[in-house]
Amino acid sequence: MGDTSLLRTPLYDLHIELGAKMVPFTGYDMPVQYPLGVLKEHLHTREKAGLFDVSHMGQVRLRGADIDAVIKALEALVPGDIAALAPGRIRYTMFTNDQAGILDDLMVTRFEDHLYVVINAGCKVDDLAHLKAHLPAGIEIEYLGDDAGLLALQGPAAATVMARLLPEAATMGFMSARAATIQGIPVQISRSGYTGEDGYEISVGAADAEKLARLLLAEPEVEAIGLGARDSLRLEAGLCLYGHDIDTGTNPVEAALTWTISKRRRTEGGFPGAAIVQAQLAEGPARKRVGIQPEGKAPAREHTEIQDLAGNRIGEITSGGFGPTAGGPVAMGYVTAGSAAVGTRVQLIVRGKALPATVAAMPFAPHRYFKG
Amino acid sequence: MTIRFTQDHEWIKLDGDVATVGITDYAQQALGDVVFVEVPEAGRELTKGKDAAVVESVKAASEVYAPVDGTVVEGNGAVADEPSLVNTDPEGEGWFFKMKIKDMAQFEALMDEAAYKSFIAGL
Repeated sequence: MGDTSLLRTPLYDLHIELGAKMVPFTGYDMPVQYPLGVLKEHLHTREKAGLFDVSHMGQVRLRGADIDAVIKALEALVPGDIAALAPGRIRYTMFTNDQAGILDDLMVTRFEDHLYVVINAGCKVDDLAHLKAHLPAGIEIEYLGDDAGLLALQGPAAATVMARLLPEAATMGFMSARAATIQGIPVQISRSGYTGEDGYEISVGAADAEKLARLLLAEPEVEAIGLGARDSLRLEAGLCLYGHDIDTGTNPVEAALTWTISKRRRTEGGFPGAAIVQAQLAEGPARKRVGIQPEGKAPAREHTEIQDLAGNRIGEITSGGFGPTAGGPVAMGYVTAGSAAVGTRVQLIVRGKALPATVAAMPFAPHRYFKG
Repeated sequence: MTIRFTQDHEWIKLDGDVATVGITDYAQQALGDVVFVEVPEAGRELTKGKDAAVVESVKAASEVYAPVDGTVVEGNGAVADEPSLVNTDPEGEGWFFKMKIKDMAQFEALMDEAAYKSFIAGL
């Protein structure tokens, strides 16, 4: 404990107090699990509510004299339809490069006078440099800092819990955000998350983050949940982890993220790599991200080779492990287009043995987002 | 019954001419929730320090190494069916396999309980 070269989130002392096992993750000393353990933390989140410290993620506000100019400038870097966002609405999109490779995935919230963007911890430095290099003069990039607080409350009881502290949270639509005050603490709250469950993500200043976390943990339904369960929850939900399921070597079409690109953006293009995305939308990608359901009990981990039944290599697992809610192994990976249909039988090479598996629909645990 | 331990956190318990092998309480705590176990089949020849079984937690896969040379007599089917036995009873019901030891000198050279306790205290 106490590697001083690592950054700490504002909840570091609380994690230690709660008995978390801390590990280095993207430059931060982060809780991978608490005494409850990954399996029970995962199941608790699906059953009640889990509190996650995601303060390592980057929070950025983009401002300018004219919000439409800010929107236009960001749209030049992402395929997402930011202009279509009403104030207070959120969209998932990605920064692409000229080859349509994914530089990072991000959440964009449109407010009346600015955009609020959440980027991956491991990509923060590069993303900020990318924004600086490509956003035109007159657009201000405000990085909220390495110690800005970001908490996630996820699970079927999240709405009940949050309503006790902030009644208006109960009726917030999925993928919407607003400024609010919780017991005197100024926050920005959104109805969103990374588990497939209903829930909230709450941006809070470093000075108030621990107070807010303690308020939420004091609710009987809430347990602190570490990065281990965060990973198994998002895998069951079929959500991509940057650097594993998507990276500069994959484009949004191959990654099965075309749902994030509106008809207007498909037609107009105007983002890095647009011509490649348009061509792949028209012709179909050569390979595709799919769910993989191993038939036996053995988990297939990242980089496991995927073969067709004739033994030809057709791809690789990019995320795989045990799904506590699924009750067995689950995985996702890329396969050649001809093998991407749900139900296609494949084999996974685990410790030299070919294990049977099937291309499966995702998510592995049904999404239970708030539908109002 | 005599018990010995390896630096890879396996225990090996001798009963007559058959030894039972598993992972220690220290190892199961470090692994966390065990979700998959693969045990060797009877008759398989094992080489000291080489792969003998597999244990996986939610997050990661680990090998269980053969503590000594020998031949597998039995793999524990119960632990393959119910991997959480490794967490709840690592040095009892959560055993991995039984083996016939080829060279008793290899067994005697492993750490005894006191040596293993001081070994993990130093980690």
